[in-house]
Amino acid sequence: MTRQPFRRDGHRGETLRFRFDGRDYEGYRGDTLAAALLANGVRAVATSVRLGRPRGVFAAWTEEPNALVQIEHPFPEPMLQATTVELYDGLVARGLPGKGRLSGEADPARHDGVYAHCDVLVVGAGPAGLSAALSAAGSGARVVLADDRPVPGGSLPDTAETVDGLPGAEWAAAALAELDGHPEVRVLARTGVLGYYDDNYLVAVERRGERASSRERLWRIRARRVVLATGAHERSVAFAGNDRPGVMLASAARAYVNRYGVLPGRRAVVFTANDSAYAAARDLAAAGVEVAAVVDVRRGGGRSWDGSEVLAGHLVTGVDGPDGVSSVTVSPDPGGGPAGGREIEADLLLVSGGWNPVVHLFGQAGGRLRYDERLGALLPAATRQAVEVAGAARGLSTLGRCLADGAAAGARAAEAAGFRAGRRPAARAEDVAAAPAEHVWLVPAADYRGHFVDLQRDVTVADVMRATGAGLRSVEHVKRYTTAGTAHDQGKTSGLLTSGVVAHLLGVDVAELGTTTFRAPYVPVSFATLAGRDRGALHDPVRVTPLHGWHVARGALFENIGQWKRPRYYPRAGEDMPTAVLRECAAVRRGAGAMDVSTLGKIDLQGPDAAELLDRLYTGMMSTLPVGAIRYGVMCRPDGTVFDDGTVTRLAQDRFLATTTTGNAAAVLDWMEEWLQTEWPSLRVYCTSVTEQWATVALAGPGSRAVLAGLAPGLAVDGASFPFMTWRDARVADIEARVCRISFSGELAYEINVSAWDGLALWEAVQGSGAVTPYGTETMHVLRAEKGYPIVGQDTDGTVTPADLGLGWALSGKKADYVGKRSHARPGDLRPDRKHLVGLLPDDPDRLLPEGAHLVATARLPEPPVPALGHVTSSYRSAALGRTFALALVSGGRERVGERLYVPVGAEQVPVTVTRHVLYDPEGARRDG
Amino acid sequence: MLIPCPWCGPRDEAEFHYGGQAHVAYPADPAALSDAEWARYLFFRDNPKGPFAERWSHAAGCRRWFNVVRDTATNEIHAVYRAGGQRPVSP
Repeated sequence: MTRQPFRRDGHRGETLRFRFDGRDYEGYRGDTLAAALLANGVRAVATSVRLGRPRGVFAAWTEEPNALVQIEHPFPEPMLQATTVELYDGLVARGLPGKGRLSGEADPARHDGVYAHCDVLVVGAGPAGLSAALSAAGSGARVVLADDRPVPGGSLPDTAETVDGLPGAEWAAAALAELDGHPEVRVLARTGVLGYYDDNYLVAVERRGERASSRERLWRIRARRVVLATGAHERSVAFAGNDRPGVMLASAARAYVNRYGVLPGRRAVVFTANDSAYAAARDLAAAGVEVAAVVDVRRGGGRSWDGSEVLAGHLVTGVDGPDGVSSVTVSPDPGGGPAGGREIEADLLLVSGGWNPVVHLFGQAGGRLRYDERLGALLPAATRQAVEVAGAARGLSTLGRCLADGAAAGARAAEAAGFRAGRRPAARAEDVAAAPAEHVWLVPAADYRGHFVDLQRDVTVADVMRATGAGLRSVEHVKRYTTAGTAHDQGKTSGLLTSGVVAHLLGVDVAELGTTTFRAPYVPVSFATLAGRDRGALHDPVRVTPLHGWHVARGALFENIGQWKRPRYYPRAGEDMPTAVLRECAAVRRGAGAMDVSTLGKIDLQGPDAAELLDRLYTGMMSTLPVGAIRYGVMCRPDGTVFDDGTVTRLAQDRFLATTTTGNAAAVLDWMEEWLQTEWPSLRVYCTSVTEQWATVALAGPGSRAVLAGLAPGLAVDGASFPFMTWRDARVADIEARVCRISFSGELAYEINVSAWDGLALWEAVQGSGAVTPYGTETMHVLRAEKGYPIVGQDTDGTVTPADLGLGWALSGKKADYVGKRSHARPGDLRPDRKHLVGLLPDDPDRLLPEGAHLVATARLPEPPVPALGHVTSSYRSAALGRTFALALVSGGRERVGERLYVPVGAEQVPVTVTRHVLYDPEGARRDG
Repeated sequence: MLIPCPWCGPRDEAEFHYGGQAHVAYPADPAALSDAEWARYLFFRDNPKGPFAERWSHAAGCRRWFNVVRDTATNEIHAVYRAGGQRPVSP
């Protein structure tokens, strides 16, 4: 006895060691994990997800529903099918109870993505696919052949049939070698197509293994024509005990014998309704498996068979054995149930309920299917995609026909793509006439709790009966009610069986019931593969200002605003964030602070109609702005809600600079373009983003004027010469600059704009003045909130109007219209109970309210539903006020000033007093220093 | 989906930004509309199963807006024409 007791005599290969469920085994190179387990006599590989039943290998490739494993080494990968995992030396795996677990470790493997374009994409390198690729390649077309297996030939190595006088596997290898010789052909092995989208866009995953530079690659392929040669899956029959280890698809057993040299059992019973299982029985017998009986549903039986007994007109009514098949009970149809049946000793039960053409990709592409009564299968019908379906995927069942069909489909595809296909003769094979198949979905019984329909989801006929008993009539509903077909095998072996069982239970035709919708992915794909290189630092661009290096060197902590990194605060030794922010706030209010505001969006608008465009988009009047002046502006959507805010600077009669919030810069530019292109194409305006061309330093605080005067000796900085909301060209620190007198803190303040190249020099000069404290976004937030300036996106959501924010003064009454104006006159916008922006002062001046917390009117929470009056939008500790405060949107808030409200925080009701939204310097006395 | 940009040619749908129903013009004089008429402009859009004229922008390309007649059930594109242009008669 060898160390692999179920290995066929004479089958040898490079020995590989592996470990499964804690035990060491050996297999051969070329094995799948499932093949190697069967060779070692491992029958129960996993346990089922819901019922915890032992499950064995049921299939031989991607259709496997049972044998789910987790790889532990070299890297943990959950939820793989043992039937598709290629064995390698040192593999450590274990069976799963239907669910895996993700690794807690970061995956060191690289995943990648590739784009490809071709004239003809052939999916599947079986007899039809290889034939199609050969005839398309002969035309000179750019051909991509994608196949999910490691070796070509599709089912040929499984069936060991002969093509052109050669063993099928040899013919396939020769065909592949010929294709590889074509300069315009790309062969993708181990590459499973998982999605077929509109206009022949297909996505495939290439599994390259642990040693490759990237473990998997996602191919995104746009093809002019597609040939689907995806073959067919055998399906099971619903009978009692059909989930036992040892029950296997007949074609899978044949594959284990012929492809892998593995005997899946010693003594087999074959249960079939068609002739293909006879070929499997013959191959198993030749390999040394004793075939005890062929149980054929058909009263006439199948084709001639010189093997064991054929029980025509019989059904399998039971399977016995503690952990797997040890005996099979058969009864004449209609049988009297298991009690009346005959028991046959066997450790293997091969099943063939018929063949399902693999129409998944065709269905995904929007192709319609039709049920073929004769074949008992769904076949591709109409589609608007440029696709051919060839071979077993369109219901052909013999090798010779598949070869010819593939060759013809490949030639048609190449010609449709504009190439002349040659006259290459199709490969040939001998076809054996078959007796007609019958279609049996379930074996009648008194109790259907052991008749499995979907092995992976543990769905039985009894579950389906519960669904139809509850009145469900659509297979889509039955699928969702029972979960049949929703597992990661996507119901490859169970989908049509479910339809067949439902049709039987409802007494309708499978044809009229149809099947559930096919959706990607056809085979499981990991998120890491879908992400490819779009992860970590490459997931999204990181944008930094010209001053970023300085911020980093000074120990700034950053926050993400859109794609930008902005300094949040600059802690000194021993400072936490509240301490640092209080210090920075105090420095601005008492002396001078500087902030990097280069991230603000900047849009340059030029053209004779620029003023008109701004008048239409901003709520305020911009056309009356004199050159040299600046105005605050709000933009609304047509529904009247706030979209963005910023300043508009008039640079010339026909030129403006509009600033936007940091996060909305792209959206505002898009907004302007959209209106210009779609509504007002007659306006002559060019809009250009100049955000990154400028570096901008905000200089704020009562000391800022002296700092600026020191840096710009040529600039008259006194209040009369340089009033609020104007701008001046000047040399600052000997750098050409545009200085704007605007403030987002309520203090005397300037924004100094220079070329991005000069940004660092300006910033260092400002810092070098010795009187300036660098401050970050957190301090900026506190300072603006003390003044009641809202932040779009923080103090607003999609329901808030300018009037709600106390910005009624920014709405032009003179203009006939601006975007949003009509909505501001709608009854809903005039309701007194709209939520207004107000200030909140907690009774406890140390109490910091959580942002997002709700506001209620009563000290004790009433029974739900609790009427909420609004919510906290911003909440800070204020150095200037010497206490905490918050901004909130509160229903009828402006009428509630002075009222006591409560903020539920956990079990507590925190009392607060409503104030006006401007809490600091409401008279604006500090603006001019 | 492959969208034929009138300026750049056929490009993958991921390059485009969707803009909803086409031919919903901004009213010439919003102030003259009743609340109901204005609400109809703001909130009411067709949602047919079948050919639908809609706006697309080649956001990751030429950044131009244009109109497309697309079958919402099959994604088949029947026509592509400039913003502000007339919808072709068929289908």
